Amino acid sequence: MGTLIIVTVALLFLTAILTGGYNQRFLDQVKNSVVWDYITTVDHKKIGILYFISGLVFFVIGGIEALLIRIQLVAPGNDFLIGDAYNQVLTMHGTTMIFLAAMPLIFGLMNVVVPLQIGARDVAFPFLNALGYWLFSFGGILLNLSWFFGGAPDAGWTSYTSLALNEFSPGPGVDYYVLGLQITGIGTLMSAVNFAVTIINMRAPGMTFLRMPMFTWTTLVTSALLLFAMPALTVGLLLLMFDRLFGANFFDHAMGGSHVIWQHLFWIFGHPEVYIVIMPAFGIMSEVISTFSKKRLFGYNSMVFAVALIGFLGFMVWVHHMYTVGLGPVSNSVFAIATMTIAVPTGIKVFNWLFTMWGGELDFKTPMLFAVGFIPTFVMGGMTGVMVALPPADFQYQDTYFVVAHFHYTMVGGTVIGLFAGAYYWWPKMFGRKLDERLGKWHFWPFIIGFHLTFFPQHFLGLFGMPRRVFTYNDVPILQTLNIISTIGVIGMTIGTLAFMYNIIQSFRRKADAPADPWNGRTLEWAIPSPPPAYNFKQLPLIRAYDQFWISKQTGKEIEPSEPLGEIHMPSPTYLPFLMSLAMFISGFGFITRGYEMGALGLILFFIVMFIRSYEHDPGYHIQPDELTGVEKEAKA
Amino acid sequence: MNQRKWRYLLPVVLIALAALSGCSIDQRLNALDPSGSAGEIQLDLINWSIMLMLGVFAIVITIYIYVLIRYRKRKGIERMPEQVHGNTKLEVIWTVIPIIALIVLAFPTVKYTFDLDEKPQGDDVIKVKVIGYQYWWEFQYPDLGITTAQELVIPVNKKVSLELEGKDVLHSFWVPNLGGKTDVVPGRINHMWLDAKKPGEYQGKCAELCGPGHSLMDFKVYAKEQADFDKWVASMKQPPKQAVSEIDKKGEALYKQNCMGCHAGATPQVPGPELNNFALRETIAGMLPNTEANLKKWIKHTEDLKPGTRMPKINYLQEDELDALTHYLMNRKSKTEK
Ligand code: HEC
Ligand SMILES: [Cu+2]
Repeated sequence: MGTLIIVTVALLFLTAILTGGYNQRFLDQVKNSVVWDYITTVDHKKIGILYFISGLVFFVIGGIEALLIRIQLVAPGNDFLIGDAYNQVLTMHGTTMIFLAAMPLIFGLMNVVVPLQIGARDVAFPFLNALGYWLFSFGGILLNLSWFFGGAPDAGWTSYTSLALNEFSPGPGVDYYVLGLQITGIGTLMSAVNFAVTIINMRAPGMTFLRMPMFTWTTLVTSALLLFAMPALTVGLLLLMFDRLFGANFFDHAMGGSHVIWQHLFWIFGHPEVYIVIMPAFGIMSEVISTFSKKRLFGYNSMVFAVALIGFLGFMVWVHHMYTVGLGPVSNSVFAIATMTIAVPTGIKVFNWLFTMWGGELDFKTPMLFAVGFIPTFVMGGMTGVMVALPPADFQYQDTYFVVAHFHYTMVGGTVIGLFAGAYYWWPKMFGRKLDERLGKWHFWPFIIGFHLTFFPQHFLGLFGMPRRVFTYNDVPILQTLNIISTIGVIGMTIGTLAFMYNIIQSFRRKADAPADPWNGRTLEWAIPSPPPAYNFKQLPLIRAYDQFWISKQTGKEIEPSEPLGEIHMPSPTYLPFLMSLAMFISGFGFITRGYEMGALGLILFFIVMFIRSYEHDPGYHIQPDELTGVEKEAKA
Repeated sequence: MNQRKWRYLLPVVLIALAALSGCSIDQRLNALDPSGSAGEIQLDLINWSIMLMLGVFAIVITIYIYVLIRYRKRKGIERMPEQVHGNTKLEVIWTVIPIIALIVLAFPTVKYTFDLDEKPQGDDVIKVKVIGYQYWWEFQYPDLGITTAQELVIPVNKKVSLELEGKDVLHSFWVPNLGGKTDVVPGRINHMWLDAKKPGEYQGKCAELCGPGHSLMDFKVYAKEQADFDKWVASMKQPPKQAVSEIDKKGEALYKQNCMGCHAGATPQVPGPELNNFALRETIAGMLPNTEANLKKWIKHTEDLKPGTRMPKINYLQEDELDALTHYLMNRKSKTEK
């Protein structure tokens, strides 16, 4: 603790010396810097970018962890990374990828795209949006600090008790998991509320629910899922925190607690969570496939219905993660049937995508390439999904590499590939630059080939007796061969990801010259410049149909505005969300290191800032009509 | 079973493919080639579902490939596709057919789920209590009064009723060849049953992350013909023979001093495996072949061999003391031979 304070003070002195002390010029410099701009921003597009970039950073960290795992497993009896260290890496790989990579990448796209797609100027609660982001990011940093201060969590991303209790996981590892995720989770819940309210309340005039683009629909369903799923995790984490920090016994069977309760709480959250990360990918698929087939989405209504149904059913299937716990045949059968039911709406979606392409004019630009790669991989993940849904068969698959293969087919083959498609698709809208097509191919092919090489053999590893989360396996040729193939595949995925990174860097070296509508798009976000001005729409549009922008391009009539040109009210930037999150971070770190004073101090700080925020008079500012036209002209020139 | 043989085609083909590519499959560890009824039931369902899913996949992939080839954009041709909204007939078809397929699949699923949960009854059922510890397994035969560790011995063609109990953290009991797994949950008692249709050695694994040593929490199941099983029971029931030679006496003394606290003590500090008939064991700690050299290695390097194990390194013994101790343990068995 002492070291930390000393380091902070030293850093402050250093900045003071380097900048010539506290003076007005320095303040101005800071205020005009890009960093300050992003720290205080409440603009949904910038927050989206922050989410997206943080997601990418964590994706790389999680990827490196995966690489370490695969290196260890290249030969039986390898001692590159074993025992507790291995468990730390596998725990952090899972936790990072789900909570710190997939979620923010999704939130990034949602933030940038959804308000534009529904013809809104911002989200409903810009302040909350910023707060959500900063809580997420400080939670993620807290979780990763574990590597440097006391060791990372090592009880798996599911953190099953009693392994996760003090007795069997001494040291702060699991505390980082508990508090890091709790802080991130608060942020996530806020964002969910925000998106749901935005979509329900802020659609442009005329945009009825059944005229909403598919990505917006999936965002709405995702938000609803989060709204109901996150509280289960919050409760679970809170109880675990009490068990670990304050000696409560919610999960200690010797004291009347129950381990099975943790599993229920975790999976009541956990199962909807996997739909939370796949659903937006469905949305992206629908947009991309429809755009690059130059066709209206086939069966739009049934698509909406399917998404809603998947979301609904997603809450009734959590026990399929617990078939082997011994809950009895009745419960297992009921949940098995509920789980199998989900295959039906999922099938509907796949066929709708296929028939969107049917009769279309397929243009294999990079986003479409990823979308096309998505279909078979995701179908395979879905098929093994039905297979693991059958309890008697699952008794063999459960906790083996078969399951690892299954969920990587849905999470990587589904979510990640979908996100890549979305990234290439909306990159021009986010940054005003297109990503390079040739590098895009270098991204796609090695990645998808590597992906199948890595995960396809893992189905068989499971059937041939390799449990998951092991650092070694029996020394038999078949396991050896399959594991080597699996590790080789990682090279492909690494090359693909590096090509993506290089592509991103290259894109920032070029001029920001992307047109407003680079793909011949169909939805509203393509009607405004790339990147859009802070206020998005000069005049909010009037919507008369699904795919309004496409229709107006076809008929040659511009989208009618729904309001006269007038002054636009904008929320003012604020650093309070950053401060509040920092306070939470300090508090979390205090509790983890058992510095309860620091923990309390952080909480007090948090409430002070909250108090300030509540009583602060913040009227925002206005953009005048003449400024608007000026900007437009500049953009056109 | 015979008329259903065709459904075993797929795994057979897969195994053949794997064998052709130069890697033979470990037959002691293979869910696709079960030797017990529970495993057969599970494989049957696995086959059902694979067949069904491959059918679905074939349909999807055919449409997919056709669409990709037929409707790709061709150079120089600008075409405006018709903006169809949907097609009710098609949409109904791909909703109803999967529903029917899933209903068909649901019947065997539910039936087998209940079958596997049945508790076998009758006089010739062998009852075994399985206790999972970090990171080893204890098997108690309450009707026979025997306790073993790491090695479950069962007679062939008899149902074995397992009662699984957890002590510290979650584990999961899995013998791929005999049947799927059941979790070992502290504070709960779970049941499952198994049988082996042919004598042999089968591998077991812990399938639930249980700490640093999880990967090495292996065990074995030996299925023996009834006569051999009875012989084994008889020899297990007898107390180990007295130490007579000088070296064994020294070893016994050392054992009582250093090891009894955990191994077979009345109130163990840390519960350790039963070592009464250690000489009959084929493995040490479920992972090393039982030789004297390995035993020495284990005693001196426990944690290096199995990360996180609860048995501390015992490296303070003199060389001759260690010799005596291991000699004693390697000969610790009952008078009647195996
Ligand atoms: C602190 C308690 C403790 C002490 C003292 C102890 N052991 Fe152990 N021993 C264990 C535990 C626990 C295991 C199970 C280890 C595992 O597999 O993770 C074990 C396992 C073993 C095994 C493998 C057993 C099997 O079933 O394969 C042998 C052999 C063994 N110990 C020998 C000894 C000898 C010899 C001594 C005395 C020099 C000794 N132990 C002292 C706790 C102890
Ligand atoms: Cu275990």
